[in-house]
Amino acid sequence: MSERLHEKLEILADAAKYDVSCSSSGSKRKNHNKGLGEATGSGICHTYTEDGRCVSLLKILLTNHCIFDCAYCVTRKSNDIKRAAFTVQEVVDLTMNFYRRNYIEGLFLSSGIFKNANYTMERLVSVAKKLRTENKFNGYIHLKTIPGASDELMHEAGLWADRLSVNIEIPTESGLKLLAPDKNIKDMIEPMTYLKKEIIRTKEESKIFKSAPLFAPAGQSTQMIIGASGESDKDIMHTANKFYKGFNLKRVYYSGYVPISNDNRLPGLGSAVPVLRENRLYQTDWLMRFYGFHVQELLNDQFPNLDPEIDPKLSWALRNMAFFPVDVNTADLQLILRVPGIGVQSAQKIVGARRFNKLGWDHLKKIGIALNRAKYFITCNSPITDRKDYTEAKIRQFILNESRSKFLTNGGQQYNLFG
Amino acid sequence: MEVSNTIFSDKPVIVSYDGTWYGLLTAVFDAYSKKWNVSGFSVIDRESQSDFFAEKVVVVTDEAKAQRVWLGLKKKVPKENCIQLYRCYLSEIAGIELTIFSCIKFYFSGFDSPHLAYGNPDVLKVNQTSKMVYREKHRMEAFVRFQRTADDLYYAGIEPDFNVIPLLNEHFAERYADQNWLIYDIKRKYGIYYDQNKVEEITLDFSNDAGAKTSVKDVFHDSETLYQELWQNYFKNVNIPSRRNIKLHVQHVPKRYWKHLIEKK
Ligand code: SF4
Repeated sequence: MSERLHEKLEILADAAKYDVSCSSSGSKRKNHNKGLGEATGSGICHTYTEDGRCVSLLKILLTNHCIFDCAYCVTRKSNDIKRAAFTVQEVVDLTMNFYRRNYIEGLFLSSGIFKNANYTMERLVSVAKKLRTENKFNGYIHLKTIPGASDELMHEAGLWADRLSVNIEIPTESGLKLLAPDKNIKDMIEPMTYLKKEIIRTKEESKIFKSAPLFAPAGQSTQMIIGASGESDKDIMHTANKFYKGFNLKRVYYSGYVPISNDNRLPGLGSAVPVLRENRLYQTDWLMRFYGFHVQELLNDQFPNLDPEIDPKLSWALRNMAFFPVDVNTADLQLILRVPGIGVQSAQKIVGARRFNKLGWDHLKKIGIALNRAKYFITCNSPITDRKDYTEAKIRQFILNESRSKFLTNGGQQYNLFG
Repeated sequence: MEVSNTIFSDKPVIVSYDGTWYGLLTAVFDAYSKKWNVSGFSVIDRESQSDFFAEKVVVVTDEAKAQRVWLGLKKKVPKENCIQLYRCYLSEIAGIELTIFSCIKFYFSGFDSPHLAYGNPDVLKVNQTSKMVYREKHRMEAFVRFQRTADDLYYAGIEPDFNVIPLLNEHFAERYADQNWLIYDIKRKYGIYYDQNKVEEITLDFSNDAGAKTSVKDVFHDSETLYQELWQNYFKNVNIPSRRNIKLHVQHVPKRYWKHLIEKK
């Protein structure tokens, strides 16, 4: 009995791991009925995989049987692999028991498509419903919505889940046609449009009726696979921008393609996962969401791809030297946010602290900004040391020389680092 | 121990208190209102640095005085900045009391929004230390691993870098409202126990159990091994070998925590 359960977990966790989103934030579900769990905070990473990714949810497929044949997916119909399926009760028991032991923040349930979209979606919804009603579970639930499922099922999913997602996977329509011939973009966009409407409607309702039920309080997200279809960074980020703006998505995830077959439409087995590119895209995503950058400033026809050597903020700064130097003692927050080496928190600290005394290098260092970068782009209360009149190329060279040694000692991977 | 009540304001003083938070706030109250020239703090009955030139004065914990400092602070700075001071106290870092004292003095000095003065070394230190303690609290919220015992108690042993147990009860009581649990700081030898009603601080006496030959099987619930193994198995299978990055892994899950993490056993 337990052996079979182990085997199912192995197969169905393994097949789910390529979905990188593991966020458990953004909800506001309280433990209102003295049951188990809550999902009010920003989400906790309970552990990290050996590849350094956050583990916060029990991320599994309900089944890896699938009638579709998407080339980039291990679960595709034509792939000769072991298939398995959990029962609804098995998923409920795993979630409850993992949660009670503080292993996880909740459940992220996805599935291959068996029989048809509605049949599959119904099973996913019944897991969530059982957890919420019979088990008084208030932890985080993220359900994958199956493209083509009915509005009624989408609605029910929204009632029980904190977050819903439809993975677009391929950022261009031509790429999608080539790699996922069974899917069509309409089936993916429709549920997103429906959910967007419902989320807005229920939010309005809850302003009037305090007791209105929650509806997907953590919103919608999606994922794109990076480097599977020859797309440019501009393709990816402009698509992402459309999702943020057009569908109010909470998050877009970028997942470097992990080669899983020798299909000649795709990068072959053994090709490297584009981890650095993935990181640059996340940085760009952050600049759009938290730093007030417009996607067009960062990626456009003239610059369709991000610079692998330097982060996109520095890259933008070097292309726009006319904005600098910024005087940290007088400039608006919006401008300070654009300085390489200054993050959101440091920028806010600068604006708070400069009311007491004019800030010099020493203060800035203590506040935690990366002076080795910022010094080329700011003036402060200390005398200018060595920033005058460097060309962009020179600055780039200086910063690269300095960070290259850091880059190497970091094992070649840096995350969310603008410093 | 010398006790003196008449202290000249310019003579350096070491303030001795009972080691509690209220004790420290009382000490702050006395030192501030009596204008002592404080050169350091020490905890009664705990050995401390001797300073031959400083006089030692013992403060008697007084809840009313402590409350006055606390309420006064709340009027000067946002609640978060008050809590920062408490977190600093929990860091148990040698000499942190003096930083807390100097910072409180600065908060009372009449500046507008003094908590934003990151140029002030005490404000900055309080900020940074508090952040370290907060991070440890957050780590414990992540790394606690409950084990279900035969009598349906969910037990977790922890060994945090700082004394964060007092910061944990709210989170765990809210989240695990329908199960009995116990989180025990093995290093500091005390813990918090929740009985689905309230959280209590407790200490355990393990001396009785030391000789007893109860096997693990008797102590833990029948299903405990199954779920531990399933979790280990899950952890193994979410890994993507071609993305392996052990350095990053260890940075997020430092080795000193491994011994209490089921998935790292
Ligand atoms: S439909 Fe989903 S599970 Fe099925 S092959 Fe395509 S991506 Fe994979």
